Amino acid sequence: MIPSLLILIPVIAGLASLFIQNEKAAKGWALVASLATLCLAVAGACSHRVTELQADASWLPALGSRFSLSMDGMAKMLVLLNAVALPLAIGATYKNSYEKSGSFYGLLLLMQAGMMGVFLASDALLFYFFWELALIPAYFLSSKWGGEKRIQATFKFFVYTFAGSLLMLVGILYLYFKTPEHSFAIQAFYNLHLSDSEQFFAFWLFFIAFAIKIPIFPFHTWQPDAYEQSPTVVTMLLSGVMVKMGIYAVIRWLLPVFPAAVARYDHLVILLSVIGILYASLIAIRQDDMKRLIAYSSIAHLGLMAAALFAKQQVGIQGVMIQMFNHGVNVIGLWIVADAIEKQTGTRKFSQLGGLAQKAPGLAILFVIMAFANVALPLTNAFIGEFMMFNGLFRHSIWMAAIACISIILAAVYTLGMVQKVFYGNTAPATDHSVDSSLNIKLMLAILVIIIIALGVYPQPMLQLTNDTVNAVLAKIHSI
Amino acid sequence: MNNLVYLIPLFPLAGFLINGLFRKSLNKPLIGIIGSGAILASFVVSLVLFFQVKSNGALPVEALFSFINVHDFKIDFAFQVDQLSSIFLLIITGIGFLIHVYSTSYMHDEPTEHFGRYFAYLNLFVFSMLLLVMGANFVIMFIGWEGVGLCSYLLIGFWFKNNNYNYAAKKAFVMNRIGDLGFLLAVFWLLAKVGTVNYHDVFTAESLAKLTPTDITAITLLLFVGAAGKSAQIPLYTWLPDAMAGPTPVSALIHAATMVTAGIYMIARSNVLYSLAHVTQNVIAIIGIATALLAATIALKQNDIKKVLAYSTVSQLGYMFLGLGVGAYTGAVFHVMTHAFFKALLFLGAGSVIHAAGGEQDIRKMGGLKKYMPYTHLTFLVGCIAIAGMPPFSGFFSKDEILAAAYARSPILWGLGVLGAAMTAFYMFRLYATTFLGSFRGTHDQEHHLHESPAAMTIPLVVLAFLSVIGGAVGVPEALHGHHELHHFLSPVLTTEVAPELGHSTEYGLMAVSVVLALAALLFALNKFSKKPELGEPTGFGKVLANKWYIDELYDAVIVNPLLKFADFLKNVVEKSGIDGIVNGVGRFVQYLSRQLRLLQSGQVGNYILFMVLSIVVLFLVFWNQAIILQFLQKVF
Repeated sequence: MIPSLLILIPVIAGLASLFIQNEKAAKGWALVASLATLCLAVAGACSHRVTELQADASWLPALGSRFSLSMDGMAKMLVLLNAVALPLAIGATYKNSYEKSGSFYGLLLLMQAGMMGVFLASDALLFYFFWELALIPAYFLSSKWGGEKRIQATFKFFVYTFAGSLLMLVGILYLYFKTPEHSFAIQAFYNLHLSDSEQFFAFWLFFIAFAIKIPIFPFHTWQPDAYEQSPTVVTMLLSGVMVKMGIYAVIRWLLPVFPAAVARYDHLVILLSVIGILYASLIAIRQDDMKRLIAYSSIAHLGLMAAALFAKQQVGIQGVMIQMFNHGVNVIGLWIVADAIEKQTGTRKFSQLGGLAQKAPGLAILFVIMAFANVALPLTNAFIGEFMMFNGLFRHSIWMAAIACISIILAAVYTLGMVQKVFYGNTAPATDHSVDSSLNIKLMLAILVIIIIALGVYPQPMLQLTNDTVNAVLAKIHSI
Repeated sequence: MNNLVYLIPLFPLAGFLINGLFRKSLNKPLIGIIGSGAILASFVVSLVLFFQVKSNGALPVEALFSFINVHDFKIDFAFQVDQLSSIFLLIITGIGFLIHVYSTSYMHDEPTEHFGRYFAYLNLFVFSMLLLVMGANFVIMFIGWEGVGLCSYLLIGFWFKNNNYNYAAKKAFVMNRIGDLGFLLAVFWLLAKVGTVNYHDVFTAESLAKLTPTDITAITLLLFVGAAGKSAQIPLYTWLPDAMAGPTPVSALIHAATMVTAGIYMIARSNVLYSLAHVTQNVIAIIGIATALLAATIALKQNDIKKVLAYSTVSQLGYMFLGLGVGAYTGAVFHVMTHAFFKALLFLGAGSVIHAAGGEQDIRKMGGLKKYMPYTHLTFLVGCIAIAGMPPFSGFFSKDEILAAAYARSPILWGLGVLGAAMTAFYMFRLYATTFLGSFRGTHDQEHHLHESPAAMTIPLVVLAFLSVIGGAVGVPEALHGHHELHHFLSPVLTTEVAPELGHSTEYGLMAVSVVLALAALLFALNKFSKKPELGEPTGFGKVLANKWYIDELYDAVIVNPLLKFADFLKNVVEKSGIDGIVNGVGRFVQYLSRQLRLLQSGQVGNYILFMVLSIVVLFLVFWNQAIILQFLQKVF
């Protein structure tokens, strides 16, 4: 019941929004719809009744695919993230105006619906369907409402993700033909007994698709461009929620289905991830553009999640779980600030900014807290995740953990550099006439700060939420 | 359930929240009262707990809640007040309170909003520092550890319009993070091998049996990396002198009395492990004495009153590590305590001088302040005598204890330590004489402005001076017919030194040599600089010292700049031309291909039918020979 509604509400609201002409009405409609989804997501996260958390209906019987959804701990958490992200994003950009806003907000809602479906689907074909459903609105949003170089950026985004999707589709069909009853059901995939060589081959079809999404080095270069050029609301959803589809898919589809291949390639994947962490961190240090810096910082953080996943330790995977949520809310906070600054000063270049703390003290304080969450200071939410992930990685390989850990130093360098160049020092011509941000922005940031501290001090409920998924996945991995 | 334990960090936390959130609506006196009162309340509770510990031994561990609890991975948010932490609690809250009071006057010219921000940060610092010493496991210690780093960052860059200060703040945080990396890895190591980070569980024979000697060496070395970052030891010390950009009371509290001694606390806390790791002990002793000497040589030629004190702090911290390295854990903690008294005193005295001189920090533009500032002068002199190690002032006893233990390990370490002590006496009295003796060398306006500081500043000075004089009484060695009460008090948590007992006559000899040498250096400096202060720019070797051995330049040239160049290479070459080049190439190839394919769409129905038939044949083949094709693909991959 709840899973179907979680998809239906944004779909219906999104389709309806396409016909709204008035800008204010479109905004209000989208906000109300997203808040309704949020309430439902909270209800779902608190529910323990299996009947409420599952849905199953006939869909394409000829193909052996059913419309089946289910909501375990990991799904609950990501649904929650997805449901929190949209109202925050809309709320923080409430004063921005977009051409054809009916279509704009409609596509946002459809994107949200697609991502909901990805997190809830327990049928491979349905999963693929939602995967694409999430992507297509994103292409349109970026190419129509994006920045100056939006066409190139969207093209790159499209090439990358389309290539990934295609490989994944081949992989899904391959597994489908392997199932004795020709079914797309996730349980059928889990029950497959693939030989080692079959696994080694099919692993890559899925892995590349997910590696592009996460992204794992060297499949990442679509991200900075897409984040920079997309309208900031879209960027918030892309980096806050959509990249989690990659991590999610690895946990849901890759690790349990191909345990032998994972055991064989885990070192390689961890090596790539760790290279990516340092690579992205170093590049972040040399950015002059606030959005690109945040993009590379995000790549580094996602790299750590990937590494911790493939280390296959309970504590590490648990850390990845909570970090998916944490990274989502934290990065949205950073984008909110980046957008607020760009809207006020007309620039995102550090070389043209400075001294904003004098002009916008409220924004400065909130941003500094966000920044310290970005460097995973203890008692912020990110510390919990990173601490557990590093632990998991350490149990797998001391050296990989030690090298990956260098990123905590680099993160301090680029994050504090950003704080300094934007907020401290003397004002620049671009910031001379700035004023403190409007109430809606500060309110959204304050909500985020409360989440950051609350989860940083008392993470246990969130950790317990995803316990079931972690145990199930580990049982599958170690079943070989 | 001992609820008093929670109150200690709760007061400063409340103070931080009140002053932080309502700083715009409160007035300055109220902000000062809330800020100082919170620390005073913590001090009173700490005192009560101290006497409980003194009479009944360590208090039981108090678990507030389960912080992270996953499968076999269990970390509690728990506090522990034992002998060691109770000493640190008294130092932190006691000196912290005095410095808060001092700050109400020192920061009085700040606008109310920033005044409130200052006290909020200061309370947050004390809160973090309390977590650090009260935590019952390494993770809670780490939370405090990074928390104090945060506050240090915020307070160094307190005047954030000045970008030099911001760079100093960032440098401090980043260099501390390098140390934190070591700390974290040590924690991971412990968790992986022992499965717990609770002090109570780690330091048991059962847990230690799970660790190989390599494990112990690695863990202790990694922890020491953390300590070297926080406590400014070679090679991570260069942030501390730059940290003097912060307001002077901050330098006194954070960068002299409390935060920088966290590394000593950490190693003393883990003394069970360190006593089993002789390699690490030797490394610590060598780094300690090397830092003590290096920083002392730099201090000889500094002209900024705060820089002299900063290098002096680095040097004194080196002594504490020397003590830890030779197994004199009590001696190190003792020196933490006495150093907290006299160094806080000296910094606050310097603050009083800077306040009077209208922000001037260059001692070459001071001189003759004795007659304008009697309290500041007298208390500063007491601080100088105490740090120079003259009996019966406090510094003498703690430094002597470390040096005696060093002698028992190796006479060379002792000799170098005495050399450093002589240099300490020399640069401190150079500072004293140049600042307070002779005649005033500043402008006429400055001279007119000179005045003694208000009572809120001088009373803390007097209290600290008193403590600097008598503070050594708790650690009088038996050779001098004392009982060394501190030693007895700490003995349940600190392993007894394994060093062979020195005879009393040897101890007398060692004391005599170090005191006589230091006294000679002291008198020489006093005599030299009261008559003719060093006013010019240094030349020759003095220039190398004045430029801090060019260590900062060396780091830039060897580490920072190559790293930035490498990052540029990654950004401009690997990312842009390399990976992106390939991706865009593929994209363009596809575009090219589609342009060619478009030609197929000729509009002739015949062609379309041909393609349809062909496609169906291909599809048919594919499904028919599925297995064969898949086998082929598997071979390819």
